[in-house]
Amino acid sequence: MTLADTLPASRRTRRSLPVPLLLFLASAVLYVGAALYTGQLNQLGASGLVGLAQRMVGLGIVALGQTFVILAGSIDLSVANLISVSAVLASFVMQGDPAMIAPAVLLVLVVSAAVGFVNGGVVAKLGVNPLIATLGVGLILQGLLSASFNNFAGSVPEAFQGLAYGTIGIIPWSVLALLALAIIGALLLRSTRFGAHLYATGGNMDGARLAGIRTDRITILAHVICSLMAGLTGLYLASRLRSGAPWVGRDGVYDLESIAVVVIGGTLLSGGRGGVWGTLAGVLLFATLDAVFNMLGVPAFPKQVMRGAIVILAVAAYAIRNKGPVA
Amino acid sequence: MSVAAAGEPKWNGGMSLFRKINIAVIVFVILYAGIAILQPNYLEPAGITNFLRRATPLAVLACGQIFVLVAGGFDLSMGALVTLTVIGGSMLTDNDPGNTAWAILVLYAIGLGVGLVNGLVVTVLRVPSIIATLGMLLSLNGVAMMWSGGSPRGYLPDNFRFFGRFTFRDVPLVGSFPVAVVVLVVVALAAWWGLQKTVFGKRVFAIGDNPRAAALSGVRVEATRIAAFVISALAAVTGGILLGGFGGVSVDVGSGLELQAIAACVIGGVQLMGGRGSVIGAVAGALTLFALFTLLNLLGLPQPLKDTAQGVILISAVASGAWRRRRAG
Repeated sequence: MTLADTLPASRRTRRSLPVPLLLFLASAVLYVGAALYTGQLNQLGASGLVGLAQRMVGLGIVALGQTFVILAGSIDLSVANLISVSAVLASFVMQGDPAMIAPAVLLVLVVSAAVGFVNGGVVAKLGVNPLIATLGVGLILQGLLSASFNNFAGSVPEAFQGLAYGTIGIIPWSVLALLALAIIGALLLRSTRFGAHLYATGGNMDGARLAGIRTDRITILAHVICSLMAGLTGLYLASRLRSGAPWVGRDGVYDLESIAVVVIGGTLLSGGRGGVWGTLAGVLLFATLDAVFNMLGVPAFPKQVMRGAIVILAVAAYAIRNKGPVA
Repeated sequence: MSVAAAGEPKWNGGMSLFRKINIAVIVFVILYAGIAILQPNYLEPAGITNFLRRATPLAVLACGQIFVLVAGGFDLSMGALVTLTVIGGSMLTDNDPGNTAWAILVLYAIGLGVGLVNGLVVTVLRVPSIIATLGMLLSLNGVAMMWSGGSPRGYLPDNFRFFGRFTFRDVPLVGSFPVAVVVLVVVALAAWWGLQKTVFGKRVFAIGDNPRAAALSGVRVEATRIAAFVISALAAVTGGILLGGFGGVSVDVGSGLELQAIAACVIGGVQLMGGRGSVIGAVAGALTLFALFTLLNLLGLPQPLKDTAQGVILISAVASGAWRRRRAG
């Protein structure tokens, strides 16, 4: 057995595959094809494309955060519940009062960071499998939230709705915010020491530790980033829905879908390889599918079946070249 | 020879495993004592068998899930398959008791198909099982909704509900004995024998422990993995048939059960990512989880706090296991 055989096979084969570009092209072909096929040419105009971009925002922000934890070799199943917590907290604290916007946003970010810290701490310090750790934290959050609120709580003031509905020209603020967050994420990963350490930790934790990297801190920091992103998604949803309810995160299946788009975007589920542009392209693919299903008038339930199949096939499309063991 | 070699270290781990099982059993006894203090009739034979009856679906699911977990994977599609079983049962029987027999056969065939697809997607398409079974979860939920037209209601025929609902009366010693408990005993014994007494079971442990080593020593890794997913799916169908006997037909009978089954296994000392675990632990874990839910109910806590308690017990179970493994070196 040569050295090459002992390396994960994916690492050698995937390098030649520009996943983000392929996903982008696939999305474009699907979208344009569906618009031409159904004759809805207005979807190809500026407003149609802006609508498509707007569909990406909610899932996009949380998926950027999920990218960080997955790159670190961890995972976060608590994001959907944290999104609900943030949305409810924001609208409950604001109660329609513009003066409370800043305190509410601050509170949401502090709570989110604390949840991320707990997630990361349980994973890194207590040695709990990340799936179980974040699932457990998610259950704890959801239980507390649903025990305290059972419907839309409070409301957000007009000014705060600008986050979801405001535009510069025709481009919504929220789309620009997503783009800005993606650029910041990409810079963090590519150009900072934290980014390099993150890839090292996810790629080979023992090796990284032996090389002097504080892998515990990296894992915790990745979880804090992920939870902050989930908090931002919660704020965005509260702004869009004008109020928060304890089921907004779960209804959006943000936990599973954010993981799915990260993996579809070419980030290795075991960590250490991938990036934010792949994730964003995965989000684009999901948003495109939604838009295409709408154009074709596919009913809700078959849509769900096809979505499940597409998640599997999209991952299979490149996973099939992987020669290593898969469980 | 190769299989025995792969299985050998497991017996050294066996002793620490034994201690872990005891923990789940001890926690269960403490929780059950709490239940009995609040509601003394839980100590009567009828109370005990009724508790077991209601815990049976979860325990059966845990008995299936453990095969996939020990093999190193996850089966997130179980809950959706439970829902599909209940809804499919109602659509297939169409309120006619005469349809029950073949309906159950068809449901098991569906389960077999789902397990095979899960296994093939993981082994042939090489999709990690957490994603593969998640996709299956989404698809099965969609299929169940399509089949039922979105808002199923009513009840299954009485003979379909026999397994979940019927109780033998005037049984010596215990007085009454639910059919579901018979199912639980049969399923648990079958799972214990299959996972811990057969060569197949040793192969499941081997591929979960170290798939490459297992493959090099001649285990057919992919066939074993597919079989584990099939067993899990068949357990889910069994759990669905039991749950169909409990209450009415609805679209959320199975939701969240896959996580509860995984939680039950984990509480019982099954190691995620494979290689370690026991059926007794999984069943004890399921009983523990169910006792916890019952206790919270009796304490009159709001229903959602059930989730919170489940989260706390999950993290503490795994954290204590990890801590003891570290201490043991």
